Amino acid sequence: MAHDHAHNAPPSETAMRVKALETLLTEKGLLDPAAIDALVETYETKIGPRNGAKVVARAWTDPDYKQRLLEDGSAAIAELGFSGVQGEDMVVVENTDDVHNLVTCTLCSCYPWPTLGLPPIWFKSAPYRARSVIDPRGVLEEFGVELSDDIEVRVWDSSAELRYLVLPQRPAGTEGLSEDELAALVTRDSMIGTALVEAPAS
Amino acid sequence: MNGIHDMGGMQCMGPIVREENEPQFHEEWEGRVFGMFFTNFAEGHFNVDMFRHAIERMGPAEYLETSYYEHWLHVYETVLVERGILTQAEIDDKIESLREEGGS
Repeated sequence: MAHDHAHNAPPSETAMRVKALETLLTEKGLLDPAAIDALVETYETKIGPRNGAKVVARAWTDPDYKQRLLEDGSAAIAELGFSGVQGEDMVVVENTDDVHNLVTCTLCSCYPWPTLGLPPIWFKSAPYRARSVIDPRGVLEEFGVELSDDIEVRVWDSSAELRYLVLPQRPAGTEGLSEDELAALVTRDSMIGTALVEAPAS
Repeated sequence: MNGIHDMGGMQCMGPIVREENEPQFHEEWEGRVFGMFFTNFAEGHFNVDMFRHAIERMGPAEYLETSYYEHWLHVYETVLVERGILTQAEIDDKIESLREEGGS
């Protein structure tokens, strides 16, 4: 993987530009490198799709919470403490037997950081951004999700202000599972809409 | 604003490439660029609309050839100079001196 040699290879032109900017801003007292260290660590270790999975598992086990979540996503997610930058205005869309939701951002790569972390490369890529809105079923097939024709596919295009989280369907056969066990089943892609949640292999 | 960034519905972009167990940042500099979003924002150097607009003003070829975090870097270099926080000469000189030092 690129990571193995990145630290030994001579710095790229881009790395040099970043270093120059950080150094200049630090010299002017406009930036504290330790603040950047802390942000990187937070997003590498604390903020990610496990947060969103807890929201989904709560909605699966608490009908009142689910209702609040669908009515006012931002407030219901805040109840679990997953608010913050790029999650200020959240809309949660529910998958049902009749509707499957898919989230994209055609203009950039807007993504709900507090609940899902930072977006994967494919979400930021030109092919996904271009095709998710013109051929969502084709995209879903590429991700291994085959839906019958009578299921309506709704595509949600995020913006810099408004971000979406998919509430996937709870898989059959999970009635006996605890909230934590359910959360463990919920994948990042299922909350973007490019995957379904699978029941645990028994 | 119309432009290359408005990608919805474009065709012939190729397959969607996915990476298993993708790290949050692929290179150390990506994390630094990510963090600078917060510090620059907190310093009041830009708001979200200015951030977006600076990306939307990128030339189409440059936009397509550069990555997500390179777009962000482009924003900082553009907006910080436009707002008089840094000068282009300062940035160029610093890059040059870092290069002479052999990197970081």
